[in-house]
Amino acid sequence: MKRLPISACAPLLLVSLMACTGQSNPRVLVSAAASLTDVFAEIESVYEDIHPGVDVILNFGGSSALREQILEGAPVDVFASANRENMDAIVESGLLDEDPVVFARNLLQIAVPVGNPGGVTGLTDLANEELLIGLCAAEVPCGHLARQVLAAADVTAAIDTNEPDVRALLTKIEVGELDAGIVYVTDVASTDGAVDGVDLPEEDNVVAEYPIAVIGESNPERAADFVEFVLSDTGRAILTDHGFSTP
Amino acid sequence: MSAPERSADPRRPPTLLVVLAGVGIAFFAVPLIGLVGRVPWANLPELLSSAVVVDAFRLSMVASVAATAIALVLGIPLAWILARVEFPGRALVRGMVTLPLVLPPVVGGAALLFALGRRGLLGEVVYEATGLLLPFSTWGVIVATTFVAMPFMVITVEGALRGLDLRYEGVASTLGAGRWTVLRKVTLPMIGPSILSGVVLTWARAFGEFGATITFAGNLQGETQTLPLAVFVTLESDRDAAVAVSLLMVVVSLVVLIALRDRWWRSW
Repeated sequence: MKRLPISACAPLLLVSLMACTGQSNPRVLVSAAASLTDVFAEIESVYEDIHPGVDVILNFGGSSALREQILEGAPVDVFASANRENMDAIVESGLLDEDPVVFARNLLQIAVPVGNPGGVTGLTDLANEELLIGLCAAEVPCGHLARQVLAAADVTAAIDTNEPDVRALLTKIEVGELDAGIVYVTDVASTDGAVDGVDLPEEDNVVAEYPIAVIGESNPERAADFVEFVLSDTGRAILTDHGFSTP
Repeated sequence: MSAPERSADPRRPPTLLVVLAGVGIAFFAVPLIGLVGRVPWANLPELLSSAVVVDAFRLSMVASVAATAIALVLGIPLAWILARVEFPGRALVRGMVTLPLVLPPVVGGAALLFALGRRGLLGEVVYEATGLLLPFSTWGVIVATTFVAMPFMVITVEGALRGLDLRYEGVASTLGAGRWTVLRKVTLPMIGPSILSGVVLTWARAFGEFGATITFAGNLQGETQTLPLAVFVTLESDRDAAVAVSLLMVVVSLVVLIALRDRWWRSW
């Protein structure tokens, strides 16, 4: 699922740096939040069909880890973050020529293993010490938002693990090692029934906003074209297909 | 794995060799310098005394020492069998034992989860019978670090046993020593330095373990969050703290590697 981890273009290694930059580059390196894994994989393949010869390389991870890589000089052309804060850090660093644009919105949901062995019906069950509960780490957007939701509902979750990104959390729920965790609606949809979703009441939920922007100057036209595609009707249709709402 | 002492050799090395060795040194030194350059010296005491770091340090020490102890108890017999006993499938066993050295630790962690997790092959049986659960517990951290680190003990000790002159042990048994006595009084003392090397390498690998731990045991402060996990998570929110913890790990590991390993190798 993860294509070309960013370490393959690690800033320290001159050789790979040369392999990753270069002139009139037909390659676009896109760093995208882990929760975009499936939808960006589809966007990539449709985009590459329309633009033969262009190679979109996807680098997925927790938004904050991706932010760190970019701030440390990773040769990333496009950044799609799962929240504003991580994008703002990039804006402040002066790496952007144009302001980021919100391209998708997402909601949270409680994910449980198929059949819901823990009998989870809502947020209050996450306070049950008997159950194995996981969240995303507070440092990544899904963890930050999950804590907002819990705080708003006045629930202190009995957390057993803080996973580094939403996919890691989802995997542990999928294999039944955790009884419940808070992820995005789109993550539950993406598993094709490998986990069940328990909806949160609308008043308890929060909306996650996904901004996208062109980073750096190594490949601006190609990168801008890719961003435009994500914002186009085709891009929006793919996003909606995967459960995102679009602005 | 005791290296022969040839440093007294007066021949000068070829220039090319020195240059390449220099590049080799730089390859390891530059990242360290990069790290040290980012250390927030002024806040260091404060950063290193935070509850997160103290908990993670304690847990890392517990897990790495426990993993080393388990590796001693299980790894030395395993090395002995691999070095001395011919049995069908020995190559397969040796390959399996060394596999964690080359496998991405995340794969090891996932394999452990499928085997020992609540829904795992063996884990489910144990959980149903006793309620004991390895994932998301400190025991899980110890299991994950042992899985990744013990191969260092096995290959180090196996190498030493293979290099051992069997005549010493032969003489001991002709003088009437039983097999167990020979093992304790002759074999183990003779491979002592290698065992110590194995201890140091195993401990160091366990101390730095990340991938198998986070995959199998999860990440929770005070329960399963070791220093490497704390670095990984805080790197995303507080870079200064992450760098401070990284420095702590570098210093502790370097001190152990230099002090223990070199001392023994020199006296050997």
